[in-house]
Amino acid sequence: MSHFLRRQGWVAGLLAFFVALFIITKLIQPAYGSGDFGSLARAVLPYAFAVAAQTVVVIAGGIDLSVAAMMALTSVTAASMMAGASEEYALFVVPFVLAMGFVLGAVNGMLIVVTRVPDIVVTLATLFVLQGAALLVLDAPGGAAAEWLKALISGTVPIPGLPDSIDAWIPKALLVLIVCLCIIWIPLRRSRLGLSIYAIGSNELAAFRSGVPVKRTRIIAYALSGLFAAMGGLALTMGTGIGAPIPGPYLLASVAAVVLGGVALGGGKGGLLGPIVAVFVLRLVRTDLTLLAIDPNVTAIIEGAIMVAVVMFGAFITMRGRQ
Amino acid sequence: MSTTVITPVPFGRRIKRFMADRPLIPLIILLVILVVILQVLRPGIVNERWIANTIKFAIPLAILAGCQTMTMLTGGIDLSVGTVATMSAFIMATQVVNQDPAMAFLLAMMPAVLIGLVNGIGVGVFRVHPLIMTLGTSLIGTGCLQVYQRTVIASGAKIPDFLAWLGTGLTWGIPNALLLFVPLAALIVFTLARTGFGRLLYAVGDNERATRLSGVQYWQVITALYIISSMLAGITGLLYIGLIKAPSLSLAEPLVLPSVAAAVIGGTSIFGGRGGYTGTIIGALILTVLTTLLTILQMPEGARRILFGLIVLFVTAAYLRIVEER
Amino acid sequence: MTTTPLLDATGVAKNYGAVAALRNASLSVLPGEVHALMGANGAGKSTLVKILTGAISANAGRILIRGEARDIRSPAAARRAGLLPVYQEPSLIPDLDVLSNLRLTGTPVEPFRAWVRELGIPDLDIRDTARDIPLAVLRVLDLARALAVEPDVLLLDEMTAALPANLAEKVLEVVRRQGDSGRAVIFISHRFVEISALCDRATVLRDGETVGVVDIVPGVEEKIVELMLGTRIVKTHVAARSAAQKASPAPARLSVRNLRVGTKLNDVSFDLRDGEVAGVVALEGQGQDELFSALAGSIRPSGGAIEVDGQPAKFSHPIDAIRAGIAYVPGDRAEALAMQRSVRENIALPFSAALRNWGPINMRRERAKVVSAIERLQIDTRAQGEVQRLSGGNQQKVTIARWIAADARTILCFDPTRGIDVGTKQEIYKLVRELAGNGKSVLFYTSELEEVQRVCDRVIVIFGGRVVDIFPVEEADEPALMRAAYGLPRGAKADVGILADPHSSPETAHASEPGATP
Repeated sequence: MSHFLRRQGWVAGLLAFFVALFIITKLIQPAYGSGDFGSLARAVLPYAFAVAAQTVVVIAGGIDLSVAAMMALTSVTAASMMAGASEEYALFVVPFVLAMGFVLGAVNGMLIVVTRVPDIVVTLATLFVLQGAALLVLDAPGGAAAEWLKALISGTVPIPGLPDSIDAWIPKALLVLIVCLCIIWIPLRRSRLGLSIYAIGSNELAAFRSGVPVKRTRIIAYALSGLFAAMGGLALTMGTGIGAPIPGPYLLASVAAVVLGGVALGGGKGGLLGPIVAVFVLRLVRTDLTLLAIDPNVTAIIEGAIMVAVVMFGAFITMRGRQ
Repeated sequence: MSTTVITPVPFGRRIKRFMADRPLIPLIILLVILVVILQVLRPGIVNERWIANTIKFAIPLAILAGCQTMTMLTGGIDLSVGTVATMSAFIMATQVVNQDPAMAFLLAMMPAVLIGLVNGIGVGVFRVHPLIMTLGTSLIGTGCLQVYQRTVIASGAKIPDFLAWLGTGLTWGIPNALLLFVPLAALIVFTLARTGFGRLLYAVGDNERATRLSGVQYWQVITALYIISSMLAGITGLLYIGLIKAPSLSLAEPLVLPSVAAAVIGGTSIFGGRGGYTGTIIGALILTVLTTLLTILQMPEGARRILFGLIVLFVTAAYLRIVEER
Repeated sequence: MTTTPLLDATGVAKNYGAVAALRNASLSVLPGEVHALMGANGAGKSTLVKILTGAISANAGRILIRGEARDIRSPAAARRAGLLPVYQEPSLIPDLDVLSNLRLTGTPVEPFRAWVRELGIPDLDIRDTARDIPLAVLRVLDLARALAVEPDVLLLDEMTAALPANLAEKVLEVVRRQGDSGRAVIFISHRFVEISALCDRATVLRDGETVGVVDIVPGVEEKIVELMLGTRIVKTHVAARSAAQKASPAPARLSVRNLRVGTKLNDVSFDLRDGEVAGVVALEGQGQDELFSALAGSIRPSGGAIEVDGQPAKFSHPIDAIRAGIAYVPGDRAEALAMQRSVRENIALPFSAALRNWGPINMRRERAKVVSAIERLQIDTRAQGEVQRLSGGNQQKVTIARWIAADARTILCFDPTRGIDVGTKQEIYKLVRELAGNGKSVLFYTSELEEVQRVCDRVIVIFGGRVVDIFPVEEADEPALMRAAYGLPRGAKADVGILADPHSSPETAHASEPGATP
């Protein structure tokens, strides 16, 4: 138990902070209800996937600057494929887009391993390339999403035996998020591969000496990142019903949430839960600022300032750790 | 030492070494080839007016690429230049309506200095990766600009005559912008080659540990660097608004990626320690001509970005090979 | 030999560019034996270990395991072949708990637990994160993890370093018994005490070659020292010290009192005077790196004091040391030079360091200073463009020239002749003597013992993070230095038993205080 507390202390604190923030929200706006929570969950969805994508590579000791561009590309691909197509066709589109993300992520990893150019430069270059590709697919926001996909994240799931008042607080978007992340993360965390990802991020030399296939593990980490980013892209399309070729602010947000979630930028530490809670915290802060009737643009500034401060704090901690 | 001994070196390797030693010559050759292709595709396009126009559009890019060159020499990058340029341009255009131009200029440069300072402290003291840091400040900057826009929406904007003259005007067929650019470029080249600060930029990027052992304080160099970079970006914004003449909230954003690409093409290593500004200027010219070429070929914007991305990746990987060979 | 060796490596060679780290190494390990692998610094021990464990691949040579040729391409392959190393630096993943570390390497948990208890750690919680476990325990866990998979050949690199006495004892006991059960251990150590107590045979490496395989019998340490040194001319001319300095010693320029840095440097005190070259002799990793870094202002000491010209000094950045006139020439040239920049820029680097010198450079004055330093050191400047194109010797000269141009009063040279040609070495010796002649002081660490008598006035010997001996250069011939560096007591040559406790020597050593030599 003490191990659990020591290791999850940060996440527990973050959760407590989220609850406190929630109470504050309720105080500011007594009418804040389950519907608002549902829209919060929907707004969080793409961010959460972006953060998951970033988390995997950061744990492996890298960084992925192409997350937002990857989301834009997968989003426009999905939207343009589904435009004017039948509802059933979307059943094919979803796995196709996910596979695309996985493969493009693996390409990122392979470029890093083969060219030996630092990850930050490679993913910067792929950021340009994926952005360009997104513009080639759709040069302006457009496309469409299948109705059942859109319905997948709106409203709540009626759970038998649960009173409506509680059920209303479990939006579908939240369930989709939990299911998608758990399907990949839990088996990964328990596998040797997952351990290897932590190992190469924690100490590459020791990992190599322990017989971990460092290169292969790195490629897989980036491939998983691509897969999560593709989920994020799909979530964008599901949420808006269209695809937009210009990447949203997901890169910085993902890095900030990763740091805030207790994943060290040096690699090897942390889990997925922390960053996801961090995303909820960051989004709820935004909601509160809006509820306080602060100009949305000022909100953007405050949000940006929080993110930069968090990243600076994280870098400072990393630097201290190294000394 | 072995370089002075005449030994048969494989041709490919000789080419590589030549490229590494004199990056300017192949760059100029590339530029000429592009111009020739352009002339072949559209006979008669290459004339005096086209040249003046190309130079006019290349100059803002070249100054922003100068920011990238200097930051890249230290192993960094400055992605906030687009936002900074946009901010100073927008503030200038709106403040000059009911302010003294000198005052408006000072107000326009203020956010530049501020963002540079924050970047410098973040990178130099807290050791945030420059890419993340400058991206963050550029987001904040964009937010501030949006708020600012609300407050001045009523008063409107105008382009000061002087900036329009500087940005678009020609004197005897020569762009007036050169009046600003030539001294500025000379100053950058001089700073990099002949001042203590310039030396430190190269040395810090090449081997930070070595500079530390020589008594260099990293944070001082980096903070000064990012302030200078931001101020250059601010000046670019003023020039660019004179050229484009339409203040918008994303005025200079499209220049950011090309500015990185121009510096990389110009032979500045993204890992630091190697490169120079003359190469970057030619890199900016190459990109401007390339853009014209792609427009003529009706290549969409997306293809251009893909091309820039591949250029950055390819040149960096090739550079790594050249360095490792020795 | 009737039994097939468990491991038989012959003719192993490894080059890094033009530098040969291993020329012709061989190592044959029989079942049931504990085999010592010995050699002075840079003899190629670690390279050989890396090759045997699949961390790097050899350029030449043949490795037989139980008589079969095996290609060991990765640590995983070495594992499968039954070769398991325990490195000085534990290879447990710091951010994973012990159990996950076991799962990562596919180590069975129960045998591991048994070994851990056997090795004297009764209360291990395998859910503890490796980072939170003290280094000594971590090394023992690393050993237990290796033992748990019952490897045919276990490679132990300085296994008892950083271990407290009780753990070290248990470890040695277990290693000894490992031999009894028909498996083999390759034991790398600097401690004769352990080797004599533990090992059956020893393979000695020198300059990348196997120069002898000896049976461990009482009194063999002289033979091993001889093998490690080789058939060098022991007689080297003693550095000529200026008569004036001998007569009246100058006041201390730099005083170090009870200096401690982390766990590596425990207690070091000495003085350095103007006009003096003080040698530092130590085996690898005895705390000398930390000593030099602390004096150069790169790291902060955790205790003790540094005095410059009698004034207490606190260095928080190298600039502080440089302002006090103390310059550091690191052993690794790649650490000191901006490799892509020119000779001139590298030499002039300290000139621009301070904020007030960021302006335009007076090129003529800089040139004059740089040229005079270049001439003084006779640097080959034909390849001016980039320092990385210079030979190693010329690169090293550039790092020294920088501080001659900057006119530093005290220079800390850390193994300045490592991996450079003989001619340049001679020039560096001459230069160091000249500097001392001009009243500068030099602290000179070297891994090549023969250099001591060529260059130094006095020798400070460090072992296990402590000064174990300080003696005048006249007595510092190579055998004496080698013995001192291994912690063996000075003087009595014949009647020193191999089991003499090295830690008893400091007391006798401290009797001869710096400068107080007769």
